[in-house]
Amino acid sequence: MAAIISDELAGETAPPRPRRRRSVPVWRWVILLLTGVYFLIPLYAALRFAGIASFGDVVHQTGFSDALILSLKLAVITTVLTLALMVPTTIYVHLRLPRLRRLLESITILPVVIPPVVLIVGVLEVAPGYLKSTPYLLGLVYVILAMPFAYRSLDAGLRALELRTLVDAASSLGAGWLITLWRVILPNLRTALLSATVLTVALVLGEFTMASLDLYQTFPVWIVAFDQTSGPVSTAASLLALFVTWLFLLLIVTVGSRRARRTGGAQVDLISVTRRDTVW
Amino acid sequence: MLRRAWTLAGIVPFAVYVLLGLGIPTAATAVGAFQNPDTGQFTLSNIHTATHGIYLHGFLITAELSVITSVVPGICGMLIGYAIYTARRGAILRRVAITASGVFANFGGVPLAFLFIATLGTTGIATHWLTAIGFNPYDNGFNLYDLGGVALVYMYFQIPLMVLIILPAFEGLRPAWREAAQNMGAGTWQYWRRIGGPVLMPSFLGCLLLLFGSAFSAYATAEALTSGTIPLTAIQIGSFLNGNVLAGQQNVGKALGLGMVLIIAVLMVLYTLLQRRAARWRQ
Repeated sequence: MAAIISDELAGETAPPRPRRRRSVPVWRWVILLLTGVYFLIPLYAALRFAGIASFGDVVHQTGFSDALILSLKLAVITTVLTLALMVPTTIYVHLRLPRLRRLLESITILPVVIPPVVLIVGVLEVAPGYLKSTPYLLGLVYVILAMPFAYRSLDAGLRALELRTLVDAASSLGAGWLITLWRVILPNLRTALLSATVLTVALVLGEFTMASLDLYQTFPVWIVAFDQTSGPVSTAASLLALFVTWLFLLLIVTVGSRRARRTGGAQVDLISVTRRDTVW
Repeated sequence: MLRRAWTLAGIVPFAVYVLLGLGIPTAATAVGAFQNPDTGQFTLSNIHTATHGIYLHGFLITAELSVITSVVPGICGMLIGYAIYTARRGAILRRVAITASGVFANFGGVPLAFLFIATLGTTGIATHWLTAIGFNPYDNGFNLYDLGGVALVYMYFQIPLMVLIILPAFEGLRPAWREAAQNMGAGTWQYWRRIGGPVLMPSFLGCLLLLFGSAFSAYATAEALTSGTIPLTAIQIGSFLNGNVLAGQQNVGKALGLGMVLIIAVLMVLYTLLQRRAARWRQ
């Protein structure tokens, strides 16, 4: 559902702000301070609970490297498939079938409407045996989960471009389709591609619902399974997973806004990258 | 005509993928909800089971949890959103608050569960602090691993989500409205009662629906926290895949899944209507 919101926000420019505002800084500081405390205490507690030593221990635990490698492989598979599917489709629809954009948008929202726990029930029901016996089935399904976020990033990126003009200019200079795509469109979509990639990778690395129900030990599934053995190590692993996700998100925000300033293109901000997938 | 059909060929790979990965599995779930698992014949017994007894209870508990974790964070998020909105644009406070909301709203599932176990679990740090000052939460009816605990944990991502999605609504309040109201002698209370409140209301309700949906279909956090001991619908569906099923009830999980999808579809329709209503004031 967050995908929908980001869309509502994407096209909006902020209206002018009132210059004169009544000063009520005291209650504002109280609210924000209380909020800050509520959000920081669990982080602090987890750091204390895990202890510094556990962070070093995490990597030596049984199953850690297998789980991490499986998650990374799935991330690569999902990202490659998602981009290979969504980049040409989105560009094609923008150029040739602009009237289908709304339809495409509604279709790409569907994975957000259907909870992962329901989708995996259906997938395990219909998937052929040779797919069910491999963890890479998850990679194929994650493409569906990643679609809303990839589509939204790419669509925002394309809308900020004069796509028609670029394509016409390229073809009048004698460039063929592949050259135009590779040397004109894709370089202009770098920010969008980056945010689509980062969101997909973060989604795959954090996805728990489907992996645990498909009975494969990806990284988040391993963390939960390992909790039976050692609480502090699981907490340390959780914190590591969190910090990595946050670094990814901050990467999009900084790179995105710097490029947006330079090129005047669509700004990629934290609102448009908010995702609810790992939660759902 | 032929040319038109040819143009559509460009989206065939996408369409096929969506059909195979989303359409067919969802259809199979919906069909299975009406099938006898042994004979494959049409039956309403799955639906009947899914809407009675423990499964009805599951839907009710899920709804209760979703109401609590959308209304309370909705109000908190609104206050925080307003505090951020009144800060000067570009002020550090404002930028930090918005970035932090984005970061925390993205935070859920397994890591969040462990963060709270470390904080308010039976051996958690905050539990120790509270016990030290004479208030052991576990002696006073609190339990991180039951419904109240799960609700507390959900707030952690619901509040920042609310802040992020309500901020644009605040930004949409035109300063001119406030000035016009003041010129006509309206005080702060009257402004919010007659102008600000009614303009914000559709957005606020729409945001509550999103929070409700977000809590309604959550699985990972509750599962990691309680190991599936609380009777939420999502967790009940999961337990069908784990094989804890009575004979003849294998398809009840699909009926539950169908129920969840229908409920979320209704929420989406309401959300779209509210958005349309909210958009009336901005253009």
